[in-house]
Amino acid sequence: MESIIEYFAMGGYAGYVWPAYGVTAVILVIMLVASRRMLRANQAIYETLAGSEKDGTVEKKT
Amino acid sequence: MSMMLHRFANPTRFLRIATVVQPWMAGLTIVVGGAGLYLGLFNSPADYQQGESVRMMYVHVPASWMALFVYTGMAVSAAIGLIWKHPLADLMAKSSAPIGACFTFLALFTGALWGKPMWGAWWVWDARLTSMLVLFFLYLGYMALINAFDDPSRGVRASSILLLVGVVNVPIIKFSVEWWNTLHQPASVMKLGGPSIDAAMLWPLLLMAIAYTTYYIWVLLIRVRGEIIANRVRVLRLKQVHS
Repeated sequence: MESIIEYFAMGGYAGYVWPAYGVTAVILVIMLVASRRMLRANQAIYETLAGSEKDGTVEKKT
Repeated sequence: MSMMLHRFANPTRFLRIATVVQPWMAGLTIVVGGAGLYLGLFNSPADYQQGESVRMMYVHVPASWMALFVYTGMAVSAAIGLIWKHPLADLMAKSSAPIGACFTFLALFTGALWGKPMWGAWWVWDARLTSMLVLFFLYLGYMALINAFDDPSRGVRASSILLLVGVVNVPIIKFSVEWWNTLHQPASVMKLGGPSIDAAMLWPLLLMAIAYTTYYIWVLLIRVRGEIIANRVRVLRLKQVHS
């Protein structure tokens, strides 16, 4: 237990080290999720539009 | 060369290749990033001067490398787009911009967190930090400009020119630590004569850099796919309006 607390203290730099890792993780995950949403939204619009066309060249959902 | 560009630049072929490559990039990001985090956080030594604070290097340095790498790639894409009128090259640049902006923000943010305990200041107006802030504004300016016109092709043209002009900033950032006095430490990996950093720190750093690169490709593929489909939506809408 002692050593875990000591580890997370990062030699007194905990207030700098952990926010650096935390913010990095948050920003990278938000970027990924937002990009996936953008793709999904465009796929949905495309399928609706293409579905309303007779020839129906619908892009396979991946 | 231009034949090869055309082979890969066909949007339909790109979509097919992207859907195959994307899960590999996702897997690599998680596996290599996990290994890099393990080595960086648990299995690498504290620095003899900086102590445990040196662990911020493993998120700060790759973010800074990617900020420059993505911008340079965008400028090359923009040049290809301007010269050969290649739509996919323009989409690559457009899709890279938000990811590059994120990397630049992270470089600045983690840099501030590292600067406070080591230099005693969150921010100093020296050449390295200032030129990095300029890079961040170049990303933002590009993103604002490409969407600022009713006619998308004019937006692409104007923003591509901005990208190419902004390229002068890239060597300024790289060599700022040699040309001017600065608190920022000089390069210790990408320099003549090889890295001067211990292997126990170099390995996690390189693994994190690889993971950042595969993350970039992963998200880039998602965004380019989204943009290709958005273009098809635009074409379909125009068709429906005209019929």
